[in-house]
Amino acid sequence: MRKNKKPKLAVWKFTSCDGCQLSLLDCEDELLALSDKVEIANFLEASRAVLKGPYDLSLVEGSITTPQDAERIHQVRRVSKLLITIGACAASGGIQALRNFKEVKQFISIVYAKPEYIETLNKSTPISDHVPVDFELRGCPVNKYQLLEIIAAFLNRRKPVISARSVCMDCKLKGTVCVMVADRIPCLGPVTHAGCCALCPSIHRGCYGCFGPKETPNTASLSRTWEKLGADQDDLVRVFRSFNSGAEPFRRESEIHEIKKD
Amino acid sequence: MKSKKTEKSRKIDAVKEIKVNNLARVEGEGSLYIKLKENIPVEVRLNIFEPPRFFEAFLRGRMFTEAIDMTARICGICPVAYQMSAAHAMEDALEIKIGEEIRKLRRLLYCGEWIESHVLHIYLLHAPDFLGYESSIQLAEDYPEIVKRGLRLKKLGNSILELVGGRAVHPLNVRVGGFYRIPLKNELRLLKEELKWGIEACYETVSWTSEFSFPEFERDYEFVSLSHPEEYPFNEGKLISNKGLDIPVHEYDRHFVEEQVKHSHALHSKIRGRDSYLVGPLARFNLNFEKLFPEVKEAARSAKLLPVCGNPFKSILVRSLEVLQACLEALRIIEQYEEPEHPAVPVSPTKEEIGYGCTEAPRGILYHRYSLDEKGIILDAKIVPPTSQNQKTIEEDLESFVKKNYSLPQEKLTWQCEQVIRNYDPCISCSTH
Repeated sequence: MRKNKKPKLAVWKFTSCDGCQLSLLDCEDELLALSDKVEIANFLEASRAVLKGPYDLSLVEGSITTPQDAERIHQVRRVSKLLITIGACAASGGIQALRNFKEVKQFISIVYAKPEYIETLNKSTPISDHVPVDFELRGCPVNKYQLLEIIAAFLNRRKPVISARSVCMDCKLKGTVCVMVADRIPCLGPVTHAGCCALCPSIHRGCYGCFGPKETPNTASLSRTWEKLGADQDDLVRVFRSFNSGAEPFRRESEIHEIKKD
Repeated sequence: MKSKKTEKSRKIDAVKEIKVNNLARVEGEGSLYIKLKENIPVEVRLNIFEPPRFFEAFLRGRMFTEAIDMTARICGICPVAYQMSAAHAMEDALEIKIGEEIRKLRRLLYCGEWIESHVLHIYLLHAPDFLGYESSIQLAEDYPEIVKRGLRLKKLGNSILELVGGRAVHPLNVRVGGFYRIPLKNELRLLKEELKWGIEACYETVSWTSEFSFPEFERDYEFVSLSHPEEYPFNEGKLISNKGLDIPVHEYDRHFVEEQVKHSHALHSKIRGRDSYLVGPLARFNLNFEKLFPEVKEAARSAKLLPVCGNPFKSILVRSLEVLQACLEALRIIEQYEEPEHPAVPVSPTKEEIGYGCTEAPRGILYHRYSLDEKGIILDAKIVPPTSQNQKTIEEDLESFVKKNYSLPQEKLTWQCEQVIRNYDPCISCSTH
């Protein structure tokens, strides 16, 4: 059958909010065309029918936070020819990586009356800590057009056109006046990975870092600018610890300010 | 009992199991396990093994301004619900009143989420069950025009989210006291034509879903929802039920209690002194029917759906009616819209406070409570999502459904049990959070 010749797509969920895989279903204008080009072989959020692997392309959402999932990701890798992670959880551990700075036992007992029923790892870690990853798509959430770009690139056997530049570059391209220079609004744009189309500055809000660090970010310099704008050490710890606190440059910068405040 | 056993019943005496290891077409990770002995369910478990993320723990020590964007990350499908409940709770703590135009804009944003989330469930997650398809993509092979209508309607919801919220998943324009940027009249006007199409598409959706064949199944639920004196509830009101509950939101903890069970990472919920209850479209519809727009009431009547409806399989029809309500409401807000003078009311914490917020997420009431210190740092947070509240009711539905339908062929029974769960549009990531 012609159908069987289509490449098989699988979507896997680990610890996450579902928003990144939802972005695939949010491609309302492209979804049916997409299902014409690829066999949606394993995508539980969309279908009961599960086709057996191996899969030509696996999209992985979420971070690893349980011993079971630390095993399962290896199975996913084994049945996937190409494995691409989608979103901040998978790329850096996500918002749940905030546990990495605390005692997870304490966290469990804040939420659960019977902590003994809960099995969880001390740290929330990115997929790449566990298995080789072919590409990481950033964002909390991912940009659906970048998601389509990844699939299109895969189908056409080319490299995805996704830039690791900063949000600042996108503001310039959009013609958005710099909120930090013009209005003294603290902004993470200079150190944050582009991809959202510089949304926050265009609504007169500072970037808050959904896409994590850009390539070679100068976080120390940005922190000095923030201090001049009135941020204290507590603010700086918090600002680098949000959705991508597990990403190395953000983690390091937050720890510097944690030491400074003490 | 044993002595009365007939030959027929002896044959089916063996233990029977219904198992679904990974539930499909729901948001998040869960499984189903039912054990029957002599055709009586003796064990019914909706296992929620979605890993917990400990939001209530890491919110401690964060600024009051951060809860809106952080709690949005609990759910990619209903982030606005989290933003709204958090915003209202913080405004309650800080004793801030937002203006009428800001209130309307929030309502418009919520309409966008109701449309996007409900239509996702109706067309992509739930309808395939009624029509015998594994997925909507399969459904589209036979009925492309219907699925395309659903996708266009879903996109309309997302367009509202993008215009008012700045982004469809995890919007970024909401802040305590209002918004960062006020959408212009001219921008909102762009949605009018599509909303007019959307209203027609909603009528078609109502008549499409009203013709589905619904299993005969009714239970006597305690329905719980918000209630507002003039409006179908979204952002505010008191909490009411059909069994006598009538309380302001800040009394929530006095009347509802959470319990941990071994088979779920999501806490179960009960009304103190009574038991399980049902939140979501069915509860809202049954308790607030009179507040629906006349057009929606009329559409309900022609679909032969009137309160009190105790059949959870019909929730798909109620969702269709609520999408119509949301489209009409959105159009009305846009037509009367006047840009507010300021995007937000200024806020500044001054003393230790506790704030309460409860809004109607697409799947039902979502309760937030925060304690703040005098600088606005969060000392304690409590979040109760709708799906965790519905867990007990879902398990009870499964039990009574299986009791009645045990004779169905295994595969059909399993599928219909999945459908019993999907009736609630469970948002498992939310429930665990």
